[in-house]
Amino acid sequence: MLDMKMTGAQILIEALKKEDVEVMFGYPGGVVLPIFDRLYDAPIKFILTRHEQGAAHAADGYARATGKVGVCLATSGPGATNLVTGIANAYMDSIPMVAVTGQVKTRLIGNDAFQEADITGITRPITKHNYLVKDVKDLAVTIKEAFHIARTGRPGPVLIDFPVDIQQAETEFHYPEKVEIKGYKPTYAGHPGQIKRAAKAISSAKRPILYTGGGVITSNASGELREFAIKNKIPVTTTLLGLGAFSSDNPLHLGMPGMHGTAYANHAIMESDLIIAVGARFDDRVTGKVEAFAPHADIIHIDIDPASVSKTVEVDIPIVGDAKHILKGLLKYTKKPDTDAWLAKIDEMKKKYPLKYENSDGKLRPQYVVEEISNITKGEAIICTEVGQNQMWAAMFYKFTKPRTMISSGGLGTMGFGFPAAIGAQMGRPDAVVFDIAGDGSIQMNIQELATAVYNKLPVKVAILNNCYLGMVRQWQELFYKKRYSYTCLEDGQPDFVKLAESYGAVGMRVVRPEDARPAIERSLEITDRPTFIDFRVEKEENVFPMVPAGEAINRMIGGMA
Amino acid sequence: MKHTISVLVENKFGVLARIAGLFSARGFNIESLAVGETEDAAVSRMTIVTDGDERTLDQIKKQLNKLIDVIKVSDFTDKKYLEKELMLIKVAVNAKTKKEVTEAVDSCGAEVVNTGEKSLAIEMTGDAGKIISLLELLRPFGILEVVRTGRIAMGIDDKEMKTPGKPEVNE
Ligand SMILES: Cc1ncc(C[n+]2csc(CCOP(=O)(O)OP(=O)(O)O)c2C)c(N)n1
Ligand SMILES: [Mg+2]
Repeated sequence: MLDMKMTGAQILIEALKKEDVEVMFGYPGGVVLPIFDRLYDAPIKFILTRHEQGAAHAADGYARATGKVGVCLATSGPGATNLVTGIANAYMDSIPMVAVTGQVKTRLIGNDAFQEADITGITRPITKHNYLVKDVKDLAVTIKEAFHIARTGRPGPVLIDFPVDIQQAETEFHYPEKVEIKGYKPTYAGHPGQIKRAAKAISSAKRPILYTGGGVITSNASGELREFAIKNKIPVTTTLLGLGAFSSDNPLHLGMPGMHGTAYANHAIMESDLIIAVGARFDDRVTGKVEAFAPHADIIHIDIDPASVSKTVEVDIPIVGDAKHILKGLLKYTKKPDTDAWLAKIDEMKKKYPLKYENSDGKLRPQYVVEEISNITKGEAIICTEVGQNQMWAAMFYKFTKPRTMISSGGLGTMGFGFPAAIGAQMGRPDAVVFDIAGDGSIQMNIQELATAVYNKLPVKVAILNNCYLGMVRQWQELFYKKRYSYTCLEDGQPDFVKLAESYGAVGMRVVRPEDARPAIERSLEITDRPTFIDFRVEKEENVFPMVPAGEAINRMIGGMA
Repeated sequence: MKHTISVLVENKFGVLARIAGLFSARGFNIESLAVGETEDAAVSRMTIVTDGDERTLDQIKKQLNKLIDVIKVSDFTDKKYLEKELMLIKVAVNAKTKKEVTEAVDSCGAEVVNTGEKSLAIEMTGDAGKIISLLELLRPFGILEVVRTGRIAMGIDDKEMKTPGKPEVNE
C-alpha cells in the first residue's frame, strides 16, 4: 500500500482516515464528483445536508460536542460561498474545522470559469489558514497541516481549495508523520515565572473572581478549573461559550457576566480586586463600556492566543499558554486567599438580585420552558441555541453541569446555527439528548435540515420559543426606538411548525399552556428515531432582563435589579 | 509614532494578500511596504513602516505573528538598525537651471542617471531624512515624478545575530 499511486480524490479519503475522521457533512456538485465517487464506498459516514451552510454548522456542532475536528465538503462557486457563514462562525468561536471545497481546473482559475469563486481570497480573513492545492504532490502534506493547524493552539477553521484536475491527478501517497511549519509553534506551557507571580497575586487577593470562557472547554480544563476554584474558594463567572465548564449547581457559580449576565456576576466583577481570566477574551458583550470595566481590579489573563492579551483591556499579569497546563501550575503555587467576607457579600447579592421572571399569572413564559427542559434533563442534555432572546434564556435558565453541552454561536451571533449544529452534535454524541432551543425567526433560516435529521433518524429536539417576533430586535425597538416595531413581526406568513415538521416525517407538537410544557418535553424524550419540533406559543413581548444597554458600564443594568 | 517592522515570511502564493488584508481588516496603517527575497529563496522579507501608538504596534506584531506564513516579526523601535530607501526623481530643467540642479544633486550624494532635453532623472539612496531633504531642495525647480521603493531595514546589533541559514521561529 505504501507508495502506491493514487488519485488526489483517493488521497483525500486516505488522509481523512489517517486523521480519524468518522463523519463529514457536505453537498455534492460538478467539480467534486471525483471525491464523491470515492465517498460512495469509503468507511466515512457522509451526511448530506440540504444546504452547505447546514453542513458547515453541523461540522461546527460536531466539533463542539466531541472536541474533534469537524469536516465539511462543498463544490466550487455557490457551494463554497454557501459555506462562508459557517466558516466565519467557527472562526469567531475558535472551533476546529477543516472545510474542503472543489475548485475549477487549475488552468481555468482566474478566468471566471463556470462556478468559479476565489474562495481562498474570500475566506482569508475568516480562516485560521487556507490553501489552494495546485499540485497533487502537495496534497498529503497540505491535509496534514490543515488538521494540525485547525486543532492546535487557538483552534479555528482551515479551508482547502481542491481543483478538480488535482482530484484526478495521480501520485504516490505517503502521509507525513509530523508537520514542520516554521511560522507556527503555539505555546502550551505557561511561563513559570508568570505562573508564580499570578499565584502570589491570587493568594493575597481579597475579592478575586474567575472569569472563564470557551478556552477552558477547548483545553478540556473543566476538571482543573473546578479543583482550583473550590480549593481556593474563588467565585466563577462563565461566558456564553464557557457555560458548562463549571457546574451551575456549585454555590461558587455566578452565571454569565455582561450584557445579559446576572446582576451578581456583573457587580462582583465591578467590585473585584483581581480578575483571573481563563480562556476568555474580554469581548465587548462582556465588558460593556471598557473604560468603566472592573475599576478596582488587577487582571491576570491566561490565553493561548498572545494577540488576545491586552487587546481590549490592559492586563497586569499575562500568561500565554494552555489553560489546563496553567491551571495545574496555579493549583500548585496558590495559597488559599481569605475570601469568606467576599463570598458572603456575593451571596447577599445573589439573594437580592436573583434571576427571575413573572411566573404566577398562568401564561406560558419562555424562561419557564427552558427551566422545565433543564429540570427534566437534569442539566445534562446538550443544548444548542439559535440567536436572540431564545439564546439568552437558554444561557440564563438552563442549569449546565458539564462541558461541551452548551453549543451556541457567540462571536458571530449566527441565526440558523442551532439546528444544524444540533444535528452535528447528535452525530458526534449519538447517546446524548440534544435540544435546539430556538426562536421562530432563527429556525426558519436552516429549517431545510429537517430532511437531514429525518433521513438520518436523529432524535434532535427543537424547542421553538415562538413569540412571533424577531424578539431580540423587537426588545431593542421597544426599549430604545419608542416601540416602533419596524419589520420584526413574523406573525403573518409564519408556517404551522407542527404541520411543517410532520410534512418532513418528524414529530410536531404545540404547547400553549404552562401545564402542557412538561408532558410535551417528556414525550419528546421518548422519541428516539426522529426529530421533534415543539412549538411553544410563549408570551410575545417578553423581554430578556437584566440587560446592560450597549456601551454602558456593566453595573448599569435595566430590570432584574429591584 | 512611526515604526519600522521587519517580517520574515514564507515565499508562498498569497502571502502579500494575507499581510495587506490583515492591515486593512484591523484598521492598521501601512505607510510603506517593501518585499524581496532573502538569503533563503523560500523566505521573503517585508519591511513595513506603520503608524500608531504602543498598543496598536503591539497588536500589529501579535496579529502578524498569528499568520501561519509569518516566520518572524522584528520591531526596530529602540534597536540599532540601518534603514534605506531608493528614490527616483524626475526634475524639470532648462538651460539655465540644469547646472544648479546638478550641483544640488551632487551636494546631497545623489546621482543623475538620465539627462533629457527638459528633465533630469536622479537616483538617491538614503534614510528618510536624506530623501526628504533632497525632495525639498529640488521642489522649487519643478518635480515631475517621484518613484520610491519604500524603506528597507536591517538590524545591526551583533548580539541579535541569528545562526546562518536557520531562520528563527516565533517568539
Ligand atoms: C443571520 C442573522 N441575521 C440577523 C441577525 C440579527 N438578529 C439578532 S437576534 C434576531 C432575532 C431573532 O429572532 P428569533 O429567532 O425569533 O429569536 P427571538 O429573539 O425571538 O428569541 C435578529 C434578526 C442575526 N443575529 N443573524
Ligand atoms: Mg422569535
